[in-house]
Amino acid sequence: MHPLLTRNRLGLYLLAWVPLTATSIYVLVTRGTLSWLQATVLAMAVFLFYALLCLSAWYPCRATPLGKVSFIRLLLTHLIAAGFMSFVWTQAGAALAYAVLSPEKFAAIKHQFEPQVNAIFTVGVLLYLLSVAFHYVLIAMEDSRRAEAQAIEARVLARDAELKALKAQVNPHFLFNSLNSISALTSIDPARARHMCVLLGDFLRLTLGLGEKNLVRFSDELELLQKYLAIEQVRFGDRLKMHEEIQEDSKVCLLPPLLLQPLVENAVKHGIAALPEGGDVRLAVQRQNGRLSILVENSWDPEAPPRRSGGMGLKNVQQRLEARYGKDASLRVNTEGELFQVSLDLPAESEEKT
Amino acid sequence: MSPGQDKRWKALIVDDEELARHVIREYLQSHPEIEVAAECANGMEAVKAVAEHKPNLIFLDVQMPKLTGFDVLELIGTDMPVIFVTAYDQYAMRAFDVHAVDYLLKPIGKGRFDAAVERAKNRLGEKMPAAHELAAAARPPQQFLERLVVKDGTKVTLIPVGKLDYAEAQDDYVALATQGKKHLKQQTIAGLEAGLDPGSFVRIHRSYIVNLERVARIEPYGKDSRLAILADGTRLPVSRAGYARLKALLDGRK
Repeated sequence: MHPLLTRNRLGLYLLAWVPLTATSIYVLVTRGTLSWLQATVLAMAVFLFYALLCLSAWYPCRATPLGKVSFIRLLLTHLIAAGFMSFVWTQAGAALAYAVLSPEKFAAIKHQFEPQVNAIFTVGVLLYLLSVAFHYVLIAMEDSRRAEAQAIEARVLARDAELKALKAQVNPHFLFNSLNSISALTSIDPARARHMCVLLGDFLRLTLGLGEKNLVRFSDELELLQKYLAIEQVRFGDRLKMHEEIQEDSKVCLLPPLLLQPLVENAVKHGIAALPEGGDVRLAVQRQNGRLSILVENSWDPEAPPRRSGGMGLKNVQQRLEARYGKDASLRVNTEGELFQVSLDLPAESEEKT
Repeated sequence: MSPGQDKRWKALIVDDEELARHVIREYLQSHPEIEVAAECANGMEAVKAVAEHKPNLIFLDVQMPKLTGFDVLELIGTDMPVIFVTAYDQYAMRAFDVHAVDYLLKPIGKGRFDAAVERAKNRLGEKMPAAHELAAAARPPQQFLERLVVKDGTKVTLIPVGKLDYAEAQDDYVALATQGKKHLKQQTIAGLEAGLDPGSFVRIHRSYIVNLERVARIEPYGKDSRLAILADGTRLPVSRAGYARLKALLDGRK
């Protein structure tokens, strides 16, 4: 739909044609010996018609966006359109004059303006081209408004996803189970109970601290993961076997905070906790050719029913990746027999670079 | 009174975490009349231990691998008092409240534990609410059964609902037909129907529920009734009301 027809801007557009129409009326009266009434009717009809005709420039403008088609094609498209429109306009103007004026007056006008018909045609072409320029400005304005709206929307979405991610961080189930483990240890092994309290404290402190930042070093996130896994290790005992393959170079890379924590938590919650005999969790991180690749792998029971919150954590991580890196990062889920793998691939940013 | 006579109660502790079992074992030391008959690390062990020890008090964790606490209750019946234990599950907690079932929250407090044990002793002989009702109340809204649990002697079978072809009412039981086999489960067909996703399963007859994906075609059969022919050739009766439900669902899917 034409932007001028959809909003109440048509009046303003037509107003822009008034000076030109007034000038023509003046010329027709003083030079062409028409009465004011005849000149007014004729000029208004002719220019109103052309004003509406020039609105059609929007369609070729949209079909040949600036910077996307060759200059030659742009020029040809609009020149041909301008020539055609101006021709239609001059012919229609002549026909109208013939229809409303008496034969003598028409002959007089015709005689007077015949030598200038090329000049009038050129004016028509120029007016149309002016309309083309005007429409390009209009399209650019609409585009930038839309882009702005999209940018705002993306920012809101990113913020939302972030907030949700942070809120989801300290899982109440994890917290209460850990407290229960501590409660058990107080009589079995007070020293271990105290150690567990310290671990839990560190974990909560790190979660709060990292959550406030925009980017954190991977080494910081790793520390959080290790605290988390150490706590779960106390809960699950031999059922949880942890494997880490961390490339030293990767530790200085920067990441959105708490990006990996939900993945590791899922690995324990949906993988290990659902297996009576337990299993393995593997974290492998590599930095290579400017990319950071992260793999979180866990044993799982393919026949276990999906848990209630299943998929939410993954979706959240995906949204946060998208909000920060756009198409430059990816998350893939791969289930291979009794292994559940989540791999992330993102640009390896580090502090030296930024 | 001799120490042997003291132990009039046999308890079972079911939790997949060793430390969690330890807390309960420790708290039970101040209840000399209760003996811990067995500790189980998962639901399968619990089902076996119940058959073996015939306990009269069970501490049952809700979140466990393979079989949940609700599954275990469904398999062991409702004759003995069960005290559920959970860390945090708002839906389960609400279900327990609604059905007046005793539960303990982790970390477990001693005072609350003692009170629950006293209540359980007074409840001897009372039945627990039906497990599937409790499990249904504990499911978040718009969530349906994902698998069915059946016990055949001591053998426990898990049937993912997607593999259920149809169910047939047989007195107090339902026969669950899956992959050419039939499993009997003590439940009413209406109870089963309530737990299944109404977008995939239809009650086509007073005695039959069918998995929509298995229906190959419907044929007329006598006056007012029809037959549903399943992909494997099974023929099931379709009542008039059942046909209306089936048709409404199929029309809705288009």
